[in-house]
Amino acid sequence: MALIVFENIAHSYLRSPERMEDYALRPMNLTWRHGGAYALLGPSGSGKTTLLNIISGLLRPTAGRVLFDGRDVTDASTVQRNIAQVFQFPVIYDTMTVFDNLAFPLRNRGVAAAEVRSRVVEVAEMLELTKNLQRRASGLAADEKQKVSLGRGLVRSDVSAILFDEPLTVVDPNLKWRLRRKLKEIHKRYSVTLIYVTHDQAEALTFADRVVVMHEGSVLQQGSPQELFERPTDRFVGYFIGSPGMNFLPCRLSGDGAEVAGQFVPLAAALRTKAPQATGLEIGIRPEAIGLSGSGSGLAVEIGDVEHLGTRKIATCRLGVHEIKVVVPPEQPIASERGVLNFNPAMTRLYADGRLVG
Amino acid sequence: MQKWQDERAWFLVIPVVLLVAFNALIPLMTVVNYSVQDIFDPTHRMFVGTEWFREMLLNTRLQNALVRQFVFSAMVLLIELPLGVAIALTMPRRSGWGLSAVLVIVALPLLIPWNVIGTIWVIFLRPDVGLLGHFIDHTLGIHFDYPTLPMQAWISVMMMEVWHWTPLVVLLAYAGLRSIPDAYYQAASIDAASRWAVFWYIQLPKMRGVLTIAVLLRFMDSFLIYTEPFVLTGGGPGDTTTFLSIYLVKLAVGEFDVGKAAAFSIIYFLIVLLFSYVFYQVLLRAQRGVVVR
Amino acid sequence: MNKPIRGPLNRLFAKRAAAQLHASLKASGSTNNRLRFVWLLIYLLVLLLPIYWMFNMSLRDNNDIMSRMAFFPDNPVIHNYVEILTDPAWYWGYINSFAYVSINTVICLVVALPAAYAFSRYRFLGDKHLFFWLLTNRMAPAAVFLLPVFQLYSALGLIDTYIAVALAHTLFNVPLAVWILEGFMSAVPKEIDETAFIDGYSLPRFFVAVFIPLIRAGVGVTAFFCFMFSWVELLFARTLTVTAAKPIAVVMTRTVSASGLDWGLLAAAGMLTIVPGALVIYFVRNYIAKGFALGRV
Repeated sequence: MALIVFENIAHSYLRSPERMEDYALRPMNLTWRHGGAYALLGPSGSGKTTLLNIISGLLRPTAGRVLFDGRDVTDASTVQRNIAQVFQFPVIYDTMTVFDNLAFPLRNRGVAAAEVRSRVVEVAEMLELTKNLQRRASGLAADEKQKVSLGRGLVRSDVSAILFDEPLTVVDPNLKWRLRRKLKEIHKRYSVTLIYVTHDQAEALTFADRVVVMHEGSVLQQGSPQELFERPTDRFVGYFIGSPGMNFLPCRLSGDGAEVAGQFVPLAAALRTKAPQATGLEIGIRPEAIGLSGSGSGLAVEIGDVEHLGTRKIATCRLGVHEIKVVVPPEQPIASERGVLNFNPAMTRLYADGRLVG
Repeated sequence: MQKWQDERAWFLVIPVVLLVAFNALIPLMTVVNYSVQDIFDPTHRMFVGTEWFREMLLNTRLQNALVRQFVFSAMVLLIELPLGVAIALTMPRRSGWGLSAVLVIVALPLLIPWNVIGTIWVIFLRPDVGLLGHFIDHTLGIHFDYPTLPMQAWISVMMMEVWHWTPLVVLLAYAGLRSIPDAYYQAASIDAASRWAVFWYIQLPKMRGVLTIAVLLRFMDSFLIYTEPFVLTGGGPGDTTTFLSIYLVKLAVGEFDVGKAAAFSIIYFLIVLLFSYVFYQVLLRAQRGVVVR
Repeated sequence: MNKPIRGPLNRLFAKRAAAQLHASLKASGSTNNRLRFVWLLIYLLVLLLPIYWMFNMSLRDNNDIMSRMAFFPDNPVIHNYVEILTDPAWYWGYINSFAYVSINTVICLVVALPAAYAFSRYRFLGDKHLFFWLLTNRMAPAAVFLLPVFQLYSALGLIDTYIAVALAHTLFNVPLAVWILEGFMSAVPKEIDETAFIDGYSLPRFFVAVFIPLIRAGVGVTAFFCFMFSWVELLFARTLTVTAAKPIAVVMTRTVSASGLDWGLLAAAGMLTIVPGALVIYFVRNYIAKGFALGRV
């Protein structure tokens, strides 16, 4: 139970960093609320694991302070911060039984045997490990082993946060959902802060209350999954989140809206007035927010590939040199090679130099 | 990995087979041949069947040498394995010039010709000119005369053997230690595990594979040992440090009793084969365990 | 488990991350580390002491050695070394040893590489039994083979040649080489072979151009062990040679003159035998660390 605060945290793996590029983590201020479920999302090399290791204490930041409930813990070890961590591959004590694995952190801290037993049994039940309690941990499947790793963090009642470093990497894809559901249950039952690192946006969006999107050492945006989806503040966030990602179309302000490749797109008045410049702008629109019809008013486009994905279809359309992906309901027929697109104005965003306007 | 099934692979293996067969099978056939004959000289031979085998198996000198050999090999394992692991634990965990320097020094005894090992220790242990010998004899006041005192001869041979071969266990154990991912140590630190717990529950189990190899290699090699004890004590005083190989060479070359020596050779070789087979099975299972990790 | 690390800078970060993690782990418990260092230092001293003592002897005249004990030589002399390096009876011993050890290493590598490849990539009739038989030769007592091998090579007129000892040593070195190389080869996925064959490589060309560079560390480790076990072996080397190919080990064991053993000379000879070994370790030191971790020994 801790409010974790990053004060001007920055980190470089080089001894004497000079430029911004030398930093794995650019200077940032972050707050992690107690009991929140956070996902650190970003491509490889974006600094997620670095950030996680600074929270846990496995890494000492080059600059800045880490505060737990107002206490400066920058120099404190992982043990002293009461952090639990689950790694990419299951880290268990092979020679011990599942029971002993779960009991280990408690026994090392001198907890009485009776309480050890009750905590272990409770956590094992929560994680559906009860029938395996007396088995040697090395004999379990990967997802069960990860549960044991997780369990060792849960048995401790004083744990301030549980950190996950891409924990589903070695788990069978068919079983990933089971573990994800478990994590949500745990979050509901114990009000412990969970911080989850992943490069898989589906994982992040389903698991977290708040998602922190990272790119090249900076936090681009923090918010609920819905906020990130509907109002990405950075071009990269729009592109990274959503499958397929947001469409970006270079445009110029023109009249009541904008001009894209010679055609007109209506824009909300508020956006037009807030635009900092008349050129160098882009329209950002999600494939889900575009309507495709055979004829009528709107953007005239050529229809290229159509992918059928069961619950939806994705049509790749061409407007001049620009490609626009559109999500189409599966029952809607797409007959010809030409069509008309209509952008939902409420979901049409404007970006200036990659940053959201308004 | 799924291997391709192809009998033509034999072509790739033939050079090795020919070479090893030449050096192993042909001499072995000769040995088998001699073991059933009484050879006075190349022109006077007599087939004696299993007489030599019976005689050798009942031979008390052989039995004593066998017992001595087992005691020796057991002591080697009991000392070198824990010591090797302990040293490996003290070695730097990160690569760098420090580690390279340590590796070079640690590996040094392994690259010294075995007769020079014996020579080094002969010099080292002499009460008149040797550092250790002089120290024991003059400074500690113990009368040190290993060529004539059996207990001292054993201790000297053991010291030399441990000095010589522990580095192999150290290097193997260190390789095992290095392959443990950091995450295990991090998790142990998070679990507030003691240093002893880290050793017993993480390091030792993860070293199972390499330690099995170490046991195999050290047991087998100590079972075949010849040069170093021979140079140091010559097998003496009397027979007290005459291990199997030393006895065999004494018999074959010293007493030139070829028939008997051949029978002894077969028995010796069969014992080694038996142990090889057992260890090979153990090794296979251990490696499968390591791979499955 | 492995995140694709993109870009050279990210790779650098990952390496630095590992180093930093190590450092932070080391930081907690520095008294513990100091204790470890002390024990290691003691062990290294124990290892070096007998060698140092021999070094001490090698720098002293025999009379000086016999007359008194001195931890440091008062007047270090080099005439022992000079004698060895100038007396053909001595220095040829070194040359001979080096010759047959090198020949042996080459032979071992040349025959073991294809064989190890076969064991690694193929299943064939009798493969497991063959592998086991090979390993048994590694564990064969030399004493058992001494006399018959002598007679065999004698019958072939190979006594007292480099090739004799080089070949005899393949008895235990080739199985070891095959075993080590097979371990390294199995770490290389078969898909690489398949891709090369599809691209039109013939087996020999693929082997030399693609495969061997991938198992460089393994070849280094194998060469190291072949060199080591051949350099240190005495029984075969002594039995199969007389004068022309006499190894240094034999020259040393026959260094008794009328006035008794010349300890200084003997010590100098011993020190010189350590030199090639020390040089070899020094050059492969990085491979040892890497190779041990990667393959099975």
